[in-house]
Amino acid sequence: MEVAIFVIFALLALASAVVVVAHRNPVYSTISLVVTLVSLAVFFILLGAPFIAALQILIYTGAILVLFLFVIMLLNVSEEATHPESGRRIQRWLAILGAVTFALLLGLGVWNGYRGTDFAPMSEELVSLKSLASALFSEYLLPFEIVGLLLLVAIIAATVLARKPPREEGSTP
Amino acid sequence: MTVPVTWYLLLAAALFAIGTAGVLTRRNGITIFLSIELMLNAVNLSFVAYSRLLDQLTGQLVVFFVLAVAAAEAAVGLALFIAIYRHRRTIDINRMNLMRW
Amino acid sequence: MSPELFHFTATAVKLAVFAFLLVNVVPLMVWVERRASAFMQDRPGPNRLGPLGLLQAIADALKFLLKEDVTPSGADKGMYLLAPVLALIPALTTFVVVPFGPTVRFGENEVELVVTSAETGVLLFLALASLGVYSLVMAGYASNNKYSLLGSIRASAQLISYELALTLSVLAVLIPASSFQLNDIVFYQLDHMPLGMNILPQFLGFTVFLVAAFAETNRLPFDLPEAESELVAGYHTEYSAMRFATFFMAEYMAMTVLSALLVTLYFGGWSLPWWHGNPDSPWLTAVGGLTILFAKVGFVLFFFVWVRWTYPRFRYDQLMKLGWKVLLPLSLANLILIAVLTLAGVLPAP
Repeated sequence: MEVAIFVIFALLALASAVVVVAHRNPVYSTISLVVTLVSLAVFFILLGAPFIAALQILIYTGAILVLFLFVIMLLNVSEEATHPESGRRIQRWLAILGAVTFALLLGLGVWNGYRGTDFAPMSEELVSLKSLASALFSEYLLPFEIVGLLLLVAIIAATVLARKPPREEGSTP
Repeated sequence: MTVPVTWYLLLAAALFAIGTAGVLTRRNGITIFLSIELMLNAVNLSFVAYSRLLDQLTGQLVVFFVLAVAAAEAAVGLALFIAIYRHRRTIDINRMNLMRW
Repeated sequence: MSPELFHFTATAVKLAVFAFLLVNVVPLMVWVERRASAFMQDRPGPNRLGPLGLLQAIADALKFLLKEDVTPSGADKGMYLLAPVLALIPALTTFVVVPFGPTVRFGENEVELVVTSAETGVLLFLALASLGVYSLVMAGYASNNKYSLLGSIRASAQLISYELALTLSVLAVLIPASSFQLNDIVFYQLDHMPLGMNILPQFLGFTVFLVAAFAETNRLPFDLPEAESELVAGYHTEYSAMRFATFFMAEYMAMTVLSALLVTLYFGGWSLPWWHGNPDSPWLTAVGGLTILFAKVGFVLFFFVWVRWTYPRFRYDQLMKLGWKVLLPLSLANLILIAVLTLAGVLPAP
């Protein structure tokens, strides 16, 4: 049962990831990324992290990708031309080759390292929210506060960067 | 039969590679951004898989922070794109070559 | 039968019952909306079909099924067809965490009267509800129509703005109860709160939640994105017949599930102050819990209809100002207040 769920959602995640990267229309890329992220949320649940799964859907698909869609529609991003300019075609193929080689190297490393390992049965502290919350607020309190500060900085930066440029002196308001 | 850990890690590696190919290949700035988000999520998956393997919460907590950082980065990056678009009317990265040789 | 098979069957039955009830709420709400609005406007309303006009919903359904299905010429086919289907997702997936009773015993098996008792209960609800933005965005973008696009951008901005206030006011309810699961919240209310309801200490949170719920379901006074006099019909302008009916159904179902959440968080959910369910009589508890829950939900839905036909709608800038400058600070203040009260011991521990 778990294997069936994994295989279905893994194929879905891979297919939609390819669509994200390959599709001309950025709106379709964003929607495919939503599908990928929801499949990843399913994997998080399978791996005993239900809180992270809910956060992934709430934050990533519910907020960040909506932001992407807004910006795409605001900027009226058109479809990209499929044929790259001359001289760039070889670059594109080299990039894909490089990515495939990278994947193979990573896969080889993973395979060698963890070939026979199996998961131990899920322990209670892994899944419970209490332990996650207590770790977050005791051992990881400093990163937590820093992340809060980071988000504040990001809000201010985004507001300043995206607002209309201030008018010069002397022009009518 | 349960799913062995290699499957999760290989899936994460594949997603990361697909994201890398996207970053290197596309011209549209927003799609490059989406590929970066894909890479971040592949890393999240491997963190959670390791957290489960080693039976520690550290992986999940790192994912928590990665989510927050990705949100901040997406907000600032998209604001940058809006600002760039206002001046250059395009987000084709090949056109952003003012600092090239 | 084996425990796994029993658990599986029980979950399937719970899902079927809830889905059936949710889908049947829609024609009922159509009838209530039209008759109640007519009553408030001093006119009879539909009264030709069936006694009291009860068969009007069937006539409406037939009309939707038989109408011609028009697709605009420049529409993005894939997204245009997908958007109404996606609209159903927040409506049909979020009810899984709403409980309708305590844990009952069937012989030697125990059944929890909630479809899933995942530890991240309400968080799952909020996460799945946040997916509703996509159908709006896709519908407006794919329609190849400027009014649809404007309507969908307004609607999605409204939705994500009020989601924050909603989430924070829900958080304030979770803090004293120390649990994300809705059944724990119901029992906390029964054990510690006067009249078994959370409304008294959480009154500010309740107000914020109510206003945010109106905004989340695009109901008046927040229905600018779909107002007739504004943008034709906003993001669902180009949708006719069955596709429009799908949006329509999705809106009513989302209203029902959000009302169920409101009732469970603030009004004691499936329980009454003197009746806490009886684990040893499973069928009575299940049916009783469902009836009480849906009776309370019915009150809230009538309130939705009542407000719709009473208030004028907000202008868009007023709407955004309300969401960000009024509701968000209020919900944050509520959160801090409840946290301080819990720490000080005024609100009892669960």
